[in-house]
Amino acid sequence: MPSEPVAVVGIGQTKHVAARRDVSMAGLVREAAQRALLDAELTWADIDAVVIGKAPDFFEGVMMPELYLADALGAVGKPMLRVHTAGSVGGSTALVATNLVRSRVHATVLTLAYEKQSESNAMWGLSLPIPFQQPLLAGAGGFFAPHVRAYMRRSGAPDTVGSLVAYKDRRNALLNPYAHLHEHDITLEKVQASPMLWDPIRYSETCPSSDGAVAMVLTDRAGAARSPRPPAWLHGGAMRSEPTLFAGKDAVSPKAGQDCAADVYRQAGIADPRRDIDAVEMYVPFSWYEPMWLENLGFAAEGEGWKLTEAGVTELDGDLPVNMSGGVLSTNPIGASGMIRFAEAALQVRGLAGEHQVDGARRVLGHAYGGGSQFFSMWLVGSEPPTS
Amino acid sequence: MTTEVLKAPLVVEFPFTRSLGPVQSAFLTGLREQVVLGVRTADGRTLVPPVEYDPVTADEIRDLVEVAPTGTVTTWAWNHAPRRGQPLDTPFAWVLVRLDGADTALLHALDAPGPDAVHTGMRVRIRWAAERSGAITDIACFERYDGDGDGDGDGDGGHEVADHDGQFESMVTGIVAQARLDYSYSPGRAQTAYINALAERRIVGERCPSCRKVYVPPRGACPTCGVGTAEQVQVGPGGTVTTYCIVNIKARNLDIEVPYVYAHIALDGADLALHGRIGGIPYDQVRMGLRVEPVWTEGGRYPDHYRPTGEPDADYETYKELL
Ligand SMILES: [Zn+2]
Repeated sequence: MPSEPVAVVGIGQTKHVAARRDVSMAGLVREAAQRALLDAELTWADIDAVVIGKAPDFFEGVMMPELYLADALGAVGKPMLRVHTAGSVGGSTALVATNLVRSRVHATVLTLAYEKQSESNAMWGLSLPIPFQQPLLAGAGGFFAPHVRAYMRRSGAPDTVGSLVAYKDRRNALLNPYAHLHEHDITLEKVQASPMLWDPIRYSETCPSSDGAVAMVLTDRAGAARSPRPPAWLHGGAMRSEPTLFAGKDAVSPKAGQDCAADVYRQAGIADPRRDIDAVEMYVPFSWYEPMWLENLGFAAEGEGWKLTEAGVTELDGDLPVNMSGGVLSTNPIGASGMIRFAEAALQVRGLAGEHQVDGARRVLGHAYGGGSQFFSMWLVGSEPPTS
Repeated sequence: MTTEVLKAPLVVEFPFTRSLGPVQSAFLTGLREQVVLGVRTADGRTLVPPVEYDPVTADEIRDLVEVAPTGTVTTWAWNHAPRRGQPLDTPFAWVLVRLDGADTALLHALDAPGPDAVHTGMRVRIRWAAERSGAITDIACFERYDGDGDGDGDGDGGHEVADHDGQFESMVTGIVAQARLDYSYSPGRAQTAYINALAERRIVGERCPSCRKVYVPPRGACPTCGVGTAEQVQVGPGGTVTTYCIVNIKARNLDIEVPYVYAHIALDGADLALHGRIGGIPYDQVRMGLRVEPVWTEGGRYPDHYRPTGEPDADYETYKELL
């Protein structure tokens, strides 16, 4: 028996900001969930199960969101699950929810992810003083910057590529009312003049710290038929993991990322991602990860990803727009960041992305990763139902 | 050779902040003013402590009511050995108390001389803390209450709930939730051997019996093959900088002058790079392929940093798999 087609019929997110002091965590997730229900024109009673994702527990000191947030998410009497996979959690949470529909366990599932970075400290959570261990010698970007230098060495990319990505994403964010950073006076010169924090990463090439939540309503074919607005259809979804450190790890282009993308393309019947996919919303916490992921995901040959960025291919009006929403570089409630990518992909194929809509986006990839390139999750959504 | 495995306490603590939202804000501010607030649900029940969303219908609820500072124990457990941070430092009962006027029970502590003095159904009242700030600890604890209810049989102990607008002077809108976890941490057999060797200024990894890769520091198992490792292999002291960044912002709790170079260093004989600081050379002259060696300081558990050996740079082909 073929699996059930899965449709995204409701999407909601909060306006992402540095600090939402006016709401509790319950109030924050509620806001996103209610907007998703409103978009789908459904009520709490229409939801069969809830799947939630959030940041690692030490990041914000909430150990059991599935317990604390059940009331706010109308989960009483229903299954409620929590998913953990570090920074990729938003993506894997959406995929766990997807699989509940795909396997016909439930007809309609609410999935959401959130983080209030203002009430926590991610850097502290990442650098606990473990006895006998050498303290981490660099800040958050210090973990990523050596990988960026390795990419530059390997690809021969000119050192301006990172600033082009940041300039593009920050301009895209100006078209997205939900994005955290709205830098109206952004210029390429400003990006290139911003301080070098962890050389080769500049301040303007790093992600902000945000409070925000995102929610989606996923449903089956019958549910999609009742949807008041166009659904986004799942064409492929996959997760992969590998250790953060092992002999032979390729931190520039991790094998788990390549394998995950290949699985998604196989499910979706994508022979040539560069030709067959219209746009990509990918997890780029530091600007240089755009060209790195373009290669890892098969949009460019090894060492060639930066050429797409440099040629303007990834601009909003380019041939392969990347991070139309403004991306993680403009909005980063870590626990939600992966699902925001997935939701943006769905908004694009539904034609509901507003000012940052890519004309004629029919197949869009959503990508998330986390935990020192340990976890990958991706989905490919389309404007038409899958044929098989 | 068996060596004692290292062990040390690990305390993880952080002052998480919490925005309260409208309902918890009213509840905690009320406690500061010696007023206990609950919420009324669509089906007419009163929930204390209050919640923002109806647990049955999922609707938003904002109708606040004031309940009594007296109530009835619905169940309890004796705590014979209070721990740090608990409401009382002498043995006490954990109790669920249904305050008069409420339909649900609140968890708190009951001050009582012993378990024989506690029973389900006993009448209790709030003992307010002398200093109150808008926190659940504004209720110091509960204590036995000998006063009577009004005996009208409606179970409210003589207290009719009254609507409340939840507004007070200077509302409490956030709290600091100091979280603390106490662990006993052990790095395990393999890392203990590694750390003990460091004390002799030797860097010792372990080789996987299957793929033959040498792990430094060793984890006791190969993450690729999933088999245990035991064969010890001394690596270094020389190594190659495979990639790096220049750190220009001071990290908290790190007493290192910026800028400095944070590098991945593949020690000779190791199959993955470890991380370290490069010194003894201007930061802007560090490069991929630079040959380095550890510099030890008196009493340091780890090399303080790595410095150039003066050898010619390593060829990219020799370390490109070790970035
Ligand atoms: Zn092995």
